Parts: sequence; C-alpha cells; structure tokens
Amino acid sequence: MCKDCGCSLAGEGHSHHHAHDHGHDQLMTNPQLNDKKTLSVIHKILDKNDIEAAHNREHFEAHGVMAFNLMSSPGSGKTTLLEHLAEYTSKQYCVIEGDLETSRDADRLKAKGISAIQIQTGSACHLDAFMVHGALHQQPLDTMDICFVENVGNLVCPASYDVGTHKNVVLVSVPEGEDKIEKYPVMFRKADVVFITKCDLLPYFDFNPDVAKAAVLKLNPNAQVFNVSVKDADSMKAVADWFETELAGFANTASNTEESA
Amino acid sequence: MHEFSIVSALINQCEELAAQHQAKGIARVAVKIGALSGVEPQLVKTAFDTFREDGICRGAELEMEIAPLTLDCQACGAHSVPDEIAYLCPACQSRDIKVSGGEEMLLMQLELIFD
Repeated sequence: MCKDCGCSLAGEGHSHHHAHDHGHDQLMTNPQLNDKKTLSVIHKILDKNDIEAAHNREHFEAHGVMAFNLMSSPGSGKTTLLEHLAEYTSKQYCVIEGDLETSRDADRLKAKGISAIQIQTGSACHLDAFMVHGALHQQPLDTMDICFVENVGNLVCPASYDVGTHKNVVLVSVPEGEDKIEKYPVMFRKADVVFITKCDLLPYFDFNPDVAKAAVLKLNPNAQVFNVSVKDADSMKAVADWFETELAGFANTASNTEESA
Repeated sequence: MHEFSIVSALINQCEELAAQHQAKGIARVAVKIGALSGVEPQLVKTAFDTFREDGICRGAELEMEIAPLTLDCQACGAHSVPDEIAYLCPACQSRDIKVSGGEEMLLMQLELIFD
C-alpha cells in the first residue's frame, strides 16, 4: 500500500528501491576547523522525484498499462496526434495533459471520446512525477492499454524530469526547423522515438527530414524517427504500428516477469 | 526555469542531511552538474542564492563542478571526452558507447557547521 496515496499495488516489489546509498554517507572531520565537518554523500538531486517516478511506473505496470511521455515545443501537434491516433489503433488509451493554464487540450480529447485529465501547472514549466501521480489515480487504468502523459510544451525543462513513463516520445514540427534538434540536445537525447510532424508542410519550408534524422541519431543512436502528418493516413498507421509494437514488447516483458516470479 | 525546482529539491536534501547529523548550519554545498544534464549552471547559482536565505543553507557557498560529456566505448575501449555533442566514439566512430559522465545532477558534499 502506498503511504502517499493509499493505492494498492500488486506484488511485494513495492519497496521504494532506489539507487542512492544512504548507508555510505561519510562524515570527515576537518582537523583545522573543529566546528566544521565535511559530509561526503553523492545523492541524485532529483532523488525524490525519481522515487515517485518509479512508483508511478509500478502503478502503471500493476494495471498492465504502458505509459509514454510526449514532449515538444508548444504547437508541435501533440494533442492533434492524440486526437487522430484513435482512428488508427484499436488499443485503448487515456491522456494526462499538462499545461500552464486552461483545460482546452483535455476538452479537445474528451470531445473525441478519449479519457483525459488536465493538470494545470500554474507557472511550472514541466510536469514532475508528483503531478502525474495525482492525475493517474483519476484515470480508469484497468480498461486501458496505454496512458499518454502530454507534457507542458517546452523543449528544455521536461527533459530533466522522469515522470514515471516507460518511453519518451519527442515531436518536432516542420515549421520549427530541423535546427531545433541540435539546439535542444538534452531533449532529443532522451527520445526513444521522434515524430517529425506536419510533414504535409514540407513543400513550403526548408526542412530536410534526412538532416533532422541524422541529428537525432547523433544524439541517440537507438532512436527511431518517423515523418508524420495527420493528413497522411499511411504515416499515422506507421505511428500506430510503432505504439502497438512497443506495447507488445511491454506485455511480453510483463508476462515473463510474472512467470519468473 | 526548472532550475528553481531543482535547487529547491537540493536545498531540501541539504536540510534533511543537516538535521540527520544535528548540524547547526551548512558552510558549503558541493554539487556536480553534467554539461548535458539540461540545467544552466548560472541559473542554478541564482536560484541557490535566492532560496538559501530562508533556511539552514543561509550563507552557504555553492561549489559547482561541471562534468563534461564522457563516453566509454564498448567496441574499442576508448575513454573519451568528445569536442562536440555527439554520442559516438571519437576514436573508432562506434555508436556502442556508455555515458560515464555529463548527464548527472548530484549532491556530492556538504560542509556542516556544529557548535
């Protein structure tokens, strides 16, 4: 039972394992200054967030849900992609929306029959694991295959926070320019997949998808890159296939873990 | 400006550690920030100067070590610090690399003040 939220998790694996070593804090006396002591630690600064993120992941897994963190600049088409994805997949998905203000994005998704919870961050430029935790309890995860966390539109801050998802999806739209990948390396380094969106606009912009792809691979050799337009059904089918392949891999890992347990 | 959230997490950690060791104050906070951790050192400094005023970190000096991107090549064994932001081995161009530094955000040391 999670002491913060009261949610029960399957199995006994929920013991808040974390990587840092509390036990190894070393207190050294400085011989020159008897009133000062140097404490050697090595703690991740975002340790608390990371523990909460691991808890969120366990929660998703206990419900058999794979979670994806969608990140991009504002206006790259995250919500639009989610609005249209339902037409190309039979998998059930829900969305946790992050924006500074308004519930417009959640309303857009709800209008399409997609379960969406809006987090209004006020002035915060990113979602953290605690905010996502608050929202995930409001989602009917038992009936879902996928939960998308649509982060605050921002190519900088969200990259530093693990929100407890399994994979990172980063979007860059044609009008933004291919240079954004090299300008915001930390974000694209985190990407498991990059969707180059609004590809229907390629004839009107000097955006070279091959250059963009090469820039992504330089930061993350294992990332996949797709050219996407919601107006091109084939490209949307490829997106849906990518999610379904990921989901199949996730389900296999989950069942193997159960068998070995 | 997520540096403010990060620094507030850092200061919480300092407060907890000081309390654990019954320290009266903190003279120095040493952190290691990776060049590709996604935080701007100057903003971390500004945020620390702003936030330290309220608690046990008041007057504490922030010592920041910037860790460059460091790669260990799994193919040729080279340990390298690439000149540009590229996750491939500068020696053999292999993409089979492990990042051994440059993406971390760590609290390394605290200098605690006692009576």
